[in-house]
Amino acid sequence: MGKLARGVALIGAGMSKFGAFPDKTSRELFVEAFIDARNSVDNGIDNKDIEAMFLGNFSSDLFEGQVHTGPIMADWVGLVPKPVTRTEGACASSGIAIRCGVMAIASGLHDVVCVAGVEKMTNLPTSRVTDTLGAASDVSYEFPVGATFPGLYATIATAHMKKYGTTIRQLRTVGIKNHDNGKLNPKAQFPLSIRDLMEKRIKKLKEKGGEAPSWRDEFDFLEDPRANPVVAWPLRLYDCSPITDGAAVLFLAAEEVARKYTDTPIHIIGSGQGSVQLALHDRADITTILAAREAAKMAYRMAGVGPEDIQVAEVHDCFTIAEIVATEDLGFFKPGEGGKAAEEGVTARDGEKPINTSGGLKSKGHPVGASGAGQAVEIWKQLRGEAGKRQVPDVEIGLTHNVGGTGGTCAVHIYRR
Amino acid sequence: MEVLTPEASVKSFYDFLKERKIMGTKCKKCGEIYLPPRPLCPRCVDSELEWVELEGRGKLVAFTSISVAPTHMLEAGHTRDNPYVFGLIELDSGPTVSALILGVDAKKPENIEIGTRMTVEFVERDDRVLLGFKPA
Repeated sequence: MGKLARGVALIGAGMSKFGAFPDKTSRELFVEAFIDARNSVDNGIDNKDIEAMFLGNFSSDLFEGQVHTGPIMADWVGLVPKPVTRTEGACASSGIAIRCGVMAIASGLHDVVCVAGVEKMTNLPTSRVTDTLGAASDVSYEFPVGATFPGLYATIATAHMKKYGTTIRQLRTVGIKNHDNGKLNPKAQFPLSIRDLMEKRIKKLKEKGGEAPSWRDEFDFLEDPRANPVVAWPLRLYDCSPITDGAAVLFLAAEEVARKYTDTPIHIIGSGQGSVQLALHDRADITTILAAREAAKMAYRMAGVGPEDIQVAEVHDCFTIAEIVATEDLGFFKPGEGGKAAEEGVTARDGEKPINTSGGLKSKGHPVGASGAGQAVEIWKQLRGEAGKRQVPDVEIGLTHNVGGTGGTCAVHIYRR
Repeated sequence: MEVLTPEASVKSFYDFLKERKIMGTKCKKCGEIYLPPRPLCPRCVDSELEWVELEGRGKLVAFTSISVAPTHMLEAGHTRDNPYVFGLIELDSGPTVSALILGVDAKKPENIEIGTRMTVEFVERDDRVLLGFKPA
Protein backbone atom coordinates (compact mmCIF):
# COMPACT_ATOMS: atom_id res chain seq x y z
CA MET A 1 0.00 0.00 0.00
CA GLY A 2 1.11 3.54 -0.67
CA LYS A 3 3.58 2.55 -3.40
CA LEU A 4 3.39 2.93 -7.17
CA ALA A 5 3.41 -0.35 -9.08
CA ARG A 6 5.76 1.31 -11.59
CA GLY A 7 7.55 4.62 -11.81
CA VAL A 8 6.07 7.73 -13.39
CA ALA A 9 7.92 10.71 -14.84
CA LEU A 10 7.10 14.15 -16.10
CA ILE A 11 8.39 14.43 -19.69
CA GLY A 12 7.00 17.85 -20.55
CA ALA A 13 5.22 20.81 -19.00
CA GLY A 14 3.89 24.11 -20.25
CA MET A 15 1.35 26.80 -19.65
CA SER A 16 -0.48 29.64 -21.31
CA LYS A 17 0.22 33.16 -20.22
CA PHE A 18 -1.86 33.78 -17.10
CA GLY A 19 -3.94 36.94 -17.05
CA ALA A 20 -7.25 38.49 -18.07
CA PHE A 21 -8.03 37.81 -21.72
CA PRO A 22 -11.48 39.12 -22.62
CA ASP A 23 -11.26 37.75 -26.16
CA LYS A 24 -10.32 34.19 -25.21
CA THR A 25 -12.34 31.25 -23.91
CA SER A 26 -11.02 28.10 -22.21
CA ARG A 27 -10.28 26.35 -25.45
CA GLU A 28 -7.90 28.94 -26.84
CA LEU A 29 -6.05 29.13 -23.52
CA PHE A 30 -5.85 25.36 -23.53
CA VAL A 31 -4.40 25.18 -27.03
CA GLU A 32 -1.76 27.76 -26.03
CA ALA A 33 -0.74 25.68 -23.01
CA PHE A 34 -0.72 22.44 -25.02
CA ILE A 35 1.65 23.90 -27.61
CA ASP A 36 3.93 25.27 -24.88
CA ALA A 37 4.00 21.84 -23.21
CA ARG A 38 4.65 20.05 -26.50
CA ASN A 39 7.56 22.38 -27.18
CA SER A 40 9.05 21.48 -23.80
CA VAL A 41 9.41 17.78 -24.68
CA ASP A 42 13.10 17.48 -25.62
CA ASN A 43 12.69 14.82 -28.30
CA GLY A 44 9.16 15.80 -29.27
CA ILE A 45 5.90 14.01 -28.65
CA ASP A 46 3.36 12.80 -31.15
CA ASN A 47 -0.35 12.89 -30.32
CA LYS A 48 -0.61 9.23 -31.24
CA ASP A 49 1.53 8.43 -28.17
CA ILE A 50 -0.86 10.21 -25.78
CA GLU A 51 -3.35 7.63 -24.61
CA ALA A 52 -5.66 9.63 -22.35
CA MET A 53 -6.23 13.00 -20.74
CA PHE A 54 -7.12 14.06 -17.21
CA LEU A 55 -8.41 17.60 -17.14
CA GLY A 56 -8.75 19.67 -13.98
CA ASN A 57 -11.47 22.29 -14.20
CA PHE A 58 -13.36 23.85 -11.32
CA SER A 59 -16.35 25.39 -12.95
CA SER A 60 -16.61 26.09 -16.63
CA ASP A 61 -20.26 25.43 -15.69
CA LEU A 62 -20.66 28.66 -13.72
CA PHE A 63 -17.88 30.74 -15.28
CA GLU A 64 -18.70 30.08 -18.91
CA GLY A 65 -22.05 28.28 -18.81
CA GLN A 66 -20.31 25.31 -20.39
CA VAL A 67 -20.61 21.89 -18.80
CA HIS A 68 -18.87 18.79 -20.22
CA THR A 69 -15.76 20.72 -21.08
CA GLY A 70 -13.41 17.71 -21.35
CA PRO A 71 -14.22 16.61 -24.91
CA ILE A 72 -13.87 20.19 -26.16
CA MET A 73 -10.30 20.43 -24.86
CA ALA A 74 -9.45 16.97 -26.21
CA ASP A 75 -10.88 17.90 -29.59
CA TRP A 76 -9.18 21.29 -29.79
CA VAL A 77 -5.75 19.66 -29.44
CA GLY A 78 -6.47 16.65 -31.61
CA LEU A 79 -6.84 13.97 -28.96
CA VAL A 80 -10.31 12.76 -29.93
CA PRO A 81 -11.37 9.86 -29.65
CA LYS A 82 -9.09 9.20 -26.67
CA PRO A 83 -10.61 9.10 -23.19
CA VAL A 84 -10.77 12.43 -21.35
CA THR A 85 -11.81 12.67 -17.72
CA ARG A 86 -12.56 15.93 -15.97
CA THR A 87 -11.60 16.15 -12.31
CA GLU A 88 -13.06 18.68 -9.89
CA GLY A 89 -11.75 19.55 -6.46
CA ALA A 90 -12.29 23.33 -6.53
CA CYS A 91 -8.86 25.00 -6.74
CA ALA A 92 -7.19 21.58 -6.43
CA SER A 93 -8.89 20.30 -9.60
CA SER A 94 -5.68 19.81 -11.56
CA GLY A 95 -3.64 18.72 -8.53
CA ILE A 96 -5.92 15.73 -8.31
CA ALA A 97 -5.72 15.33 -12.11
CA ILE A 98 -1.95 14.83 -11.66
CA ARG A 99 -2.68 12.08 -9.16
CA CYS A 100 -5.16 10.48 -11.59
CA GLY A 101 -2.50 10.55 -14.29
CA VAL A 102 0.05 9.02 -11.92
CA MET A 103 -2.40 6.25 -11.00
CA ALA A 104 -3.30 5.58 -14.63
CA ILE A 105 0.34 5.06 -15.53
CA ALA A 106 1.45 3.26 -12.36
CA SER A 107 -1.40 0.78 -12.80
CA GLY A 108 -0.15 -0.16 -16.25
CA LEU A 109 -3.32 1.05 -17.94
CA HIS A 110 -1.48 3.74 -19.90
CA ASP A 111 2.13 4.54 -20.81
CA VAL A 112 1.73 8.22 -21.66
CA VAL A 113 -1.03 10.61 -20.58
CA CYS A 114 -1.77 14.29 -20.74
CA VAL A 115 -2.66 15.99 -17.43
CA ALA A 116 -4.03 19.48 -17.67
CA GLY A 117 -5.99 22.25 -16.07
CA VAL A 118 -7.96 25.16 -17.43
CA GLU A 119 -10.11 27.98 -16.09
CA LYS A 120 -11.65 31.05 -17.69
CA MET A 121 -12.78 33.34 -14.87
CA THR A 122 -12.73 36.96 -15.97
CA ASN A 123 -15.96 37.04 -17.98
CA LEU A 124 -18.00 37.59 -14.84
CA PRO A 125 -18.15 40.72 -12.68
CA THR A 126 -16.37 40.44 -9.30
CA SER A 127 -19.59 39.83 -7.32
CA ARG A 128 -20.48 36.86 -9.56
CA VAL A 129 -16.93 35.50 -9.31
CA THR A 130 -17.32 35.82 -5.53
CA ASP A 131 -20.58 33.84 -5.80
CA THR A 132 -18.97 31.17 -7.97
CA LEU A 133 -15.95 30.71 -5.71
CA GLY A 134 -18.35 30.80 -2.76
CA ALA A 135 -20.02 27.77 -4.30
CA ALA A 136 -16.92 25.80 -3.24
CA SER A 137 -17.71 26.55 0.41
CA ASP A 138 -20.63 24.89 2.18
CA VAL A 139 -23.53 26.51 0.34
CA SER A 140 -26.05 25.16 2.81
CA TYR A 141 -24.46 26.54 5.94
CA GLU A 142 -21.53 28.89 5.29
CA PHE A 143 -22.60 30.86 2.24
CA PRO A 144 -26.08 31.90 3.52
CA VAL A 145 -24.56 33.70 6.55
CA GLY A 146 -22.25 35.70 4.32
CA ALA A 147 -19.10 33.59 3.96
CA THR A 148 -16.95 34.37 0.93
CA PHE A 149 -13.67 32.75 -0.04
CA PRO A 150 -11.50 35.62 1.12
CA GLY A 151 -13.78 35.77 4.18
CA LEU A 152 -13.19 32.15 5.11
CA TYR A 153 -9.40 32.49 4.74
CA ALA A 154 -9.60 35.72 6.75
CA THR A 155 -11.42 33.73 9.43
CA ILE A 156 -8.56 31.22 9.39
CA ALA A 157 -6.17 34.17 9.68
CA THR A 158 -7.82 35.61 12.79
CA ALA A 159 -7.72 32.18 14.44
CA HIS A 160 -4.04 31.76 13.48
CA MET A 161 -3.20 35.25 14.75
CA LYS A 162 -4.99 34.57 18.03
CA LYS A 163 -3.45 31.13 18.60
CA TYR A 164 0.10 31.84 17.46
CA GLY A 165 0.55 35.58 17.38
CA THR A 166 0.93 35.64 13.60
CA THR A 167 1.01 39.28 12.52
CA ILE A 168 -0.51 41.31 9.71
CA ARG A 169 3.04 42.32 8.74
CA GLN A 170 3.90 38.65 8.25
CA LEU A 171 0.89 38.25 5.93
CA ARG A 172 2.04 41.23 3.89
CA THR A 173 5.60 39.82 3.73
CA VAL A 174 4.28 36.76 1.88
CA GLY A 175 2.65 38.96 -0.76
CA ILE A 176 5.77 41.09 -1.18
CA LYS A 177 7.97 38.01 -1.56
CA ASN A 178 5.71 36.35 -4.12
CA HIS A 179 5.47 39.50 -6.20
CA ASP A 180 9.29 39.77 -6.09
CA ASN A 181 9.41 36.27 -7.59
CA GLY A 182 6.60 36.81 -10.07
CA LYS A 183 8.42 39.83 -11.44
CA LEU A 184 10.87 37.35 -12.94
CA ASN A 185 8.18 35.14 -14.50
CA PRO A 186 7.16 36.21 -18.02
CA LYS A 187 4.00 34.07 -17.77
CA ALA A 188 2.77 35.85 -14.63
CA GLN A 189 -0.40 37.91 -14.58
CA PHE A 190 1.24 40.59 -12.42
CA PRO A 191 4.99 40.42 -13.09
CA LEU A 192 5.60 43.40 -10.82
CA SER A 193 7.00 43.76 -7.33
CA ILE A 194 4.89 45.53 -4.72
CA ARG A 195 7.49 48.31 -4.84
CA ASP A 196 6.94 48.58 -8.62
CA LEU A 197 3.19 48.80 -8.03
CA MET A 198 3.74 51.48 -5.41
CA GLU A 199 6.01 53.55 -7.66
CA LYS A 200 3.62 53.13 -10.59
CA ARG A 201 0.82 54.49 -8.46
CA ILE A 202 2.87 57.46 -7.25
CA LYS A 203 3.77 58.28 -10.87
CA LYS A 204 0.15 58.07 -11.93
CA LEU A 205 -1.02 60.33 -9.11
CA LYS A 206 1.71 62.85 -9.92
CA GLU A 207 0.72 62.85 -13.59
CA LYS A 208 -2.83 63.65 -12.58
CA GLY A 209 -1.44 66.62 -10.69
CA GLY A 210 -2.53 65.17 -7.36
CA GLU A 211 -0.56 65.10 -4.17
CA ALA A 212 1.86 62.20 -4.17
CA PRO A 213 1.45 60.07 -1.07
CA SER A 214 4.54 59.69 1.06
CA TRP A 215 4.56 55.96 1.67
CA ARG A 216 7.66 55.01 3.67
CA ASP A 217 7.96 51.53 2.16
CA GLU A 218 5.93 48.63 0.76
CA PHE A 219 4.40 47.86 4.14
CA ASP A 220 3.21 51.43 4.53
CA PHE A 221 1.77 51.32 1.01
CA LEU A 222 -0.02 48.05 1.81
CA GLU A 223 -1.66 49.55 4.91
CA ASP A 224 -3.17 52.44 2.92
CA PRO A 225 -6.83 51.62 2.23
CA ARG A 226 -6.79 53.74 -0.94
CA ALA A 227 -3.92 51.74 -2.40
CA ASN A 228 -4.83 48.40 -0.87
CA PRO A 229 -8.49 48.19 0.17
CA VAL A 230 -9.79 45.61 2.63
CA VAL A 231 -11.46 42.61 1.00
CA ALA A 232 -12.12 40.62 4.18
CA TRP A 233 -10.28 41.90 7.22
CA PRO A 234 -7.41 41.28 7.90
CA LEU A 235 -6.95 40.40 4.22
CA ARG A 236 -6.58 43.25 1.77
CA LEU A 237 -6.47 43.22 -2.02
CA TYR A 238 -2.76 42.32 -2.15
CA ASP A 239 -3.29 39.42 0.25
CA CYS A 240 -5.57 37.81 -2.33
CA SER A 241 -4.71 35.98 -5.52
CA PRO A 242 -6.25 37.63 -8.57
CA ILE A 243 -9.07 36.49 -10.84
CA THR A 244 -7.30 34.82 -13.75
CA ASP A 245 -7.71 33.07 -17.09
CA GLY A 246 -5.19 30.37 -17.90
CA ALA A 247 -4.30 26.79 -18.68
CA ALA A 248 -1.43 24.42 -17.94
CA VAL A 249 -0.53 21.09 -19.56
CA LEU A 250 1.77 18.26 -18.43
CA PHE A 251 2.83 15.04 -20.10
CA LEU A 252 3.40 12.04 -17.86
CA ALA A 253 5.04 8.80 -18.95
CA ALA A 254 5.97 5.43 -17.49
CA GLU A 255 9.65 5.40 -16.46
CA GLU A 256 10.40 2.67 -18.99
CA VAL A 257 9.32 4.86 -21.91
CA ALA A 258 10.23 8.29 -20.51
CA ARG A 259 13.78 8.31 -21.95
CA LYS A 260 12.33 8.10 -25.44
CA TYR A 261 11.09 11.65 -24.92
CA THR A 262 13.84 13.24 -22.85
CA ASP A 263 17.20 12.57 -21.23
CA THR A 264 16.11 14.72 -18.30
CA PRO A 265 12.76 13.41 -17.09
CA ILE A 266 11.48 14.63 -13.76
CA HIS A 267 10.48 11.67 -11.65
CA ILE A 268 7.25 11.89 -9.68
CA ILE A 269 8.36 10.09 -6.56
CA GLY A 270 5.53 10.95 -4.20
CA SER A 271 1.79 11.48 -4.55
CA GLY A 272 -0.70 12.16 -1.79
CA GLN A 273 -4.23 13.42 -1.45
CA GLY A 274 -6.47 14.10 1.51
CA SER A 275 -9.82 15.51 2.53
CA VAL A 276 -11.33 17.35 5.48
CA GLN A 277 -14.80 18.59 6.44
CA LEU A 278 -15.82 21.25 3.91
CA ALA A 279 -17.22 23.75 6.40
CA LEU A 280 -14.73 25.43 8.74
CA HIS A 281 -17.22 25.09 11.60
CA ASP A 282 -17.06 21.30 11.35
CA ARG A 283 -13.27 21.12 11.79
CA ALA A 284 -11.43 20.41 15.02
CA ASP A 285 -8.82 23.10 14.30
CA ILE A 286 -8.94 25.75 11.57
CA THR A 287 -5.33 26.92 11.99
CA THR A 288 -4.21 23.84 10.04
CA ILE A 289 -5.61 21.96 7.05
CA LEU A 290 -5.92 18.28 7.85
CA ALA A 291 -6.28 17.36 4.16
CA ALA A 292 -2.86 18.90 3.50
CA ARG A 293 -1.23 17.12 6.43
CA GLU A 294 -2.67 13.83 5.21
CA ALA A 295 -1.62 14.43 1.59
CA ALA A 296 1.88 15.45 2.68
CA LYS A 297 2.28 12.41 4.93
CA MET A 298 1.27 10.11 2.06
CA ALA A 299 3.56 11.81 -0.44
CA TYR A 300 6.60 11.91 1.89
CA ARG A 301 6.16 8.25 2.77
CA MET A 302 5.90 7.19 -0.88
CA ALA A 303 8.90 9.31 -1.84
CA GLY A 304 11.01 8.23 1.12
CA VAL A 305 11.93 11.84 1.84
CA GLY A 306 10.98 14.33 4.55
CA PRO A 307 10.21 18.04 4.65
CA GLU A 308 13.90 18.78 5.25
CA ASP A 309 14.77 17.26 1.86
CA ILE A 310 12.51 19.57 -0.17
CA GLN A 311 14.65 22.21 -1.89
CA VAL A 312 11.97 24.16 -3.74
CA ALA A 313 8.19 24.15 -3.36
CA GLU A 314 5.14 25.63 -4.99
CA VAL A 315 2.44 25.92 -2.33
CA HIS A 316 -1.15 27.05 -2.57
CA ASP A 317 -1.01 30.76 -1.70
CA CYS A 318 -4.53 31.70 -2.79
CA PHE A 319 -4.29 34.10 0.15
CA THR A 320 -1.19 35.16 2.08
CA ILE A 321 -2.37 33.33 5.22
CA ALA A 322 -2.77 30.16 3.12
CA GLU A 323 0.97 30.10 2.36
CA ILE A 324 1.81 30.45 6.06
CA VAL A 325 -0.53 27.57 6.94
CA ALA A 326 0.79 25.51 3.99
CA THR A 327 4.43 25.77 5.06
CA GLU A 328 3.40 24.53 8.51
CA ASP A 329 1.18 21.73 7.19
CA LEU A 330 4.01 20.50 4.96
CA GLY A 331 6.28 20.29 8.00
CA PHE A 332 8.72 22.95 6.76
CA PHE A 333 8.07 24.87 9.98
CA LYS A 334 6.42 24.06 13.30
CA PRO A 335 2.76 25.06 13.74
CA GLY A 336 2.67 28.80 14.34
CA GLU A 337 6.16 29.48 12.95
CA GLY A 338 5.28 29.90 9.27
CA GLY A 339 4.72 33.64 9.54
CA LYS A 340 7.98 34.17 11.37
CA ALA A 341 9.87 32.13 8.76
CA ALA A 342 8.44 34.30 5.97
CA GLU A 343 9.37 37.46 7.84
CA GLU A 344 12.94 36.23 8.36
CA GLY A 345 13.36 35.54 4.65
CA VAL A 346 13.61 31.76 5.01
CA THR A 347 11.04 31.28 2.23
CA ALA A 348 12.54 33.89 -0.12
CA ARG A 349 14.13 32.78 -3.38
CA ASP A 350 17.58 33.00 -1.80
CA GLY A 351 16.42 31.64 1.56
CA GLU A 352 16.85 28.14 2.98
CA LYS A 353 13.40 27.04 1.81
CA PRO A 354 12.42 28.86 -1.38
CA ILE A 355 8.63 28.92 -1.68
CA ASN A 356 6.66 29.95 -4.75
CA THR A 357 9.54 30.97 -6.99
CA SER A 358 7.01 31.27 -9.84
CA GLY A 359 5.33 34.16 -8.03
CA GLY A 360 2.76 31.79 -6.61
CA LEU A 361 -0.92 32.14 -7.24
CA LYS A 362 -0.58 35.65 -5.81
CA SER A 363 1.52 37.16 -8.59
CA LYS A 364 1.49 34.50 -11.30
CA GLY A 365 -2.31 34.33 -11.12
CA HIS A 366 -4.87 31.76 -10.02
CA PRO A 367 -6.99 30.30 -12.81
CA VAL A 368 -8.33 27.89 -10.22
CA GLY A 369 -8.63 24.67 -12.21
CA ALA A 370 -5.22 25.23 -13.84
CA SER A 371 -3.29 26.21 -10.72
CA GLY A 372 -2.24 22.70 -9.63
CA ALA A 373 -0.81 21.83 -13.04
CA GLY A 374 0.73 25.30 -13.19
CA GLN A 375 2.66 24.58 -9.99
CA ALA A 376 4.13 21.46 -11.60
CA VAL A 377 5.27 23.57 -14.57
CA GLU A 378 7.42 25.65 -12.20
CA ILE A 379 8.91 22.60 -10.48
CA TRP A 380 9.64 21.07 -13.91
CA LYS A 381 11.57 24.22 -14.83
CA GLN A 382 13.37 24.54 -11.50
CA LEU A 383 14.51 20.91 -11.37
CA ARG A 384 15.76 21.06 -14.96
CA GLY A 385 17.56 24.35 -14.37
CA GLU A 386 15.31 26.17 -16.84
CA ALA A 387 13.76 28.76 -14.54
CA GLY A 388 15.83 31.64 -15.89
CA LYS A 389 16.34 34.60 -13.58
CA ARG A 390 14.32 33.00 -10.81
CA GLN A 391 16.32 29.74 -10.88
CA VAL A 392 17.28 28.36 -7.47
CA PRO A 393 20.76 26.86 -7.91
CA ASP A 394 21.29 23.09 -7.84
CA VAL A 395 17.86 21.84 -6.85
CA GLU A 396 17.04 18.15 -7.19
CA ILE A 397 13.89 17.65 -5.13
CA GLY A 398 10.74 19.77 -5.39
CA LEU A 399 7.17 19.69 -4.15
CA THR A 400 3.74 20.96 -5.17
CA HIS A 401 0.90 21.55 -2.70
CA ASN A 402 -2.50 22.30 -4.23
CA VAL A 403 -5.50 23.08 -2.03
CA GLY A 404 -9.15 23.06 -3.04
CA GLY A 405 -11.46 25.60 -1.48
CA THR A 406 -10.65 26.17 2.17
CA GLY A 407 -8.91 22.80 2.28
CA GLY A 408 -11.63 20.23 1.65
CA THR A 409 -9.30 18.70 -0.93
CA CYS A 410 -5.51 18.78 -1.05
CA ALA A 411 -3.02 17.11 -3.40
CA VAL A 412 0.72 17.01 -2.73
CA HIS A 413 3.33 15.75 -5.20
CA ILE A 414 7.08 15.31 -4.84
CA TYR A 415 9.46 15.39 -7.79
CA ARG A 416 13.10 14.45 -8.27
CA ARG A 417 15.46 15.24 -11.12
CA MET B 1 -32.21 2.04 11.55
CA GLU B 2 -34.04 4.77 13.38
CA VAL B 3 -35.25 7.60 11.18
CA LEU B 4 -35.41 10.92 12.94
CA THR B 5 -38.70 12.79 12.67
CA PRO B 6 -38.38 15.34 11.21
CA GLU B 7 -35.31 14.03 9.42
CA ALA B 8 -32.03 15.68 10.27
CA SER B 9 -31.61 17.70 7.10
CA VAL B 10 -30.69 21.14 5.85
CA LYS B 11 -34.42 21.79 5.59
CA SER B 12 -35.10 20.80 9.20
CA PHE B 13 -32.25 23.04 10.43
CA TYR B 14 -33.80 26.07 8.75
CA ASP B 15 -37.38 25.03 9.64
CA PHE B 16 -36.38 24.95 13.32
CA LEU B 17 -34.68 28.35 13.03
CA LYS B 18 -38.04 29.71 11.84
CA GLU B 19 -39.44 28.49 15.18
CA ARG B 20 -36.46 30.25 16.86
CA LYS B 21 -35.01 26.90 17.88
CA ILE B 22 -31.44 25.71 17.46
CA MET B 23 -31.77 21.96 17.01
CA GLY B 24 -28.81 19.61 16.77
CA THR B 25 -28.55 15.86 16.79
CA LYS B 26 -26.69 13.83 19.40
CA CYS B 27 -25.09 10.47 18.74
CA LYS B 28 -26.48 7.91 21.19
CA LYS B 29 -23.20 5.97 21.08
CA CYS B 30 -20.46 8.59 21.54
CA GLY B 31 -22.51 11.56 22.74
CA GLU B 32 -21.15 13.95 20.09
CA ILE B 33 -23.58 16.75 19.25
CA TYR B 34 -23.91 17.83 15.61
CA LEU B 35 -24.98 21.29 14.61
CA PRO B 36 -26.00 21.62 11.81
CA PRO B 37 -27.83 18.35 12.53
CA ARG B 38 -26.65 15.19 10.81
CA PRO B 39 -28.51 11.94 10.16
CA LEU B 40 -25.34 9.86 10.65
CA CYS B 41 -22.52 10.20 13.16
CA PRO B 42 -19.34 10.22 11.03
CA ARG B 43 -17.25 9.11 14.05
CA CYS B 44 -19.31 6.02 14.89
CA VAL B 45 -20.70 5.66 11.35
CA ASP B 46 -23.99 5.06 13.09
CA SER B 47 -27.41 6.55 12.51
CA GLU B 48 -28.70 6.24 16.09
CA LEU B 49 -29.02 9.94 16.86
CA GLU B 50 -31.54 11.98 18.79
CA TRP B 51 -32.66 15.58 18.57
CA VAL B 52 -31.34 18.02 21.17
CA GLU B 53 -32.29 21.66 21.53
CA LEU B 54 -29.22 23.83 22.06
CA GLU B 55 -28.93 27.08 23.94
CA GLY B 56 -27.89 30.04 21.84
CA ARG B 57 -24.89 30.88 24.02
CA GLY B 58 -21.22 30.54 23.31
CA LYS B 59 -18.07 32.40 22.38
CA LEU B 60 -16.56 33.87 19.26
CA VAL B 61 -13.66 31.69 18.04
CA ALA B 62 -12.78 33.32 14.69
CA PHE B 63 -14.22 36.03 12.47
CA THR B 64 -13.75 38.41 9.57
CA SER B 65 -15.24 41.69 8.42
CA ILE B 66 -16.22 41.36 4.76
CA SER B 67 -16.08 44.33 2.40
CA VAL B 68 -16.38 42.50 -0.93
CA ALA B 69 -19.75 40.78 -0.67
CA PRO B 70 -21.44 38.09 -2.74
CA THR B 71 -24.64 39.03 -4.57
CA HIS B 72 -27.08 38.05 -1.82
CA MET B 73 -25.22 40.16 0.78
CA LEU B 74 -24.92 43.07 -1.67
CA GLU B 75 -28.68 42.89 -2.05
CA ALA B 76 -28.96 43.06 1.74
CA GLY B 77 -27.13 46.41 1.58
CA HIS B 78 -23.55 45.33 2.19
CA THR B 79 -21.72 47.42 -0.36
CA ARG B 80 -18.01 48.09 0.04
CA ASP B 81 -18.56 50.92 2.52
CA ASN B 82 -20.96 48.84 4.61
CA PRO B 83 -19.05 45.69 5.61
CA TYR B 84 -20.52 42.89 7.71
CA VAL B 85 -18.99 40.42 10.12
CA PHE B 86 -19.00 36.65 9.63
CA GLY B 87 -17.69 34.38 12.35
CA LEU B 88 -17.57 31.02 14.05
CA ILE B 89 -19.34 30.55 17.38
CA GLU B 90 -18.45 27.68 19.69
CA LEU B 91 -21.61 26.92 21.62
CA ASP B 92 -21.37 26.07 25.31
CA SER B 93 -22.93 22.71 24.43
CA GLY B 94 -19.96 21.84 22.18
CA PRO B 95 -20.57 22.32 18.47
CA THR B 96 -19.28 25.28 16.43
CA VAL B 97 -21.45 27.07 13.87
CA SER B 98 -21.04 29.70 11.16
CA ALA B 99 -23.06 32.84 11.84
CA LEU B 100 -23.59 36.48 11.10
CA ILE B 101 -21.98 38.50 13.87
CA LEU B 102 -24.12 41.43 14.99
CA GLY B 103 -23.74 44.23 17.50
CA VAL B 104 -20.08 44.86 16.66
CA ASP B 105 -18.49 47.59 14.54
CA ALA B 106 -17.68 45.95 11.22
CA LYS B 107 -15.64 49.01 10.28
CA LYS B 108 -13.36 48.53 13.30
CA PRO B 109 -12.65 44.79 13.18
CA GLU B 110 -9.41 45.28 15.11
CA ASN B 111 -11.58 45.98 18.15
CA ILE B 112 -13.49 42.69 17.92
CA GLU B 113 -12.10 40.15 20.33
CA ILE B 114 -11.93 36.40 19.89
CA GLY B 115 -13.28 34.79 23.06
CA THR B 116 -16.12 37.33 23.45
CA ARG B 117 -19.23 35.78 25.03
CA MET B 118 -22.05 35.73 22.48
CA THR B 119 -25.78 35.18 22.49
CA VAL B 120 -28.08 34.24 19.62
CA GLU B 121 -30.05 36.77 17.62
CA PHE B 122 -32.10 35.23 14.83
CA VAL B 123 -31.93 37.14 11.55
CA GLU B 124 -34.84 37.21 9.10
CA ARG B 125 -33.54 37.36 5.57
CA ASP B 126 -35.99 36.99 2.68
CA ASP B 127 -38.01 33.88 3.46
CA ARG B 128 -35.35 32.37 5.69
CA VAL B 129 -34.22 32.75 9.29
CA LEU B 130 -30.43 32.71 9.72
CA LEU B 131 -28.22 32.29 12.74
CA GLY B 132 -26.86 35.54 14.10
CA PHE B 133 -24.93 36.14 17.32
CA LYS B 134 -24.21 39.32 19.26
CA PRO B 135 -22.03 40.04 22.28
CA ALA B 136 -23.81 38.80 25.43
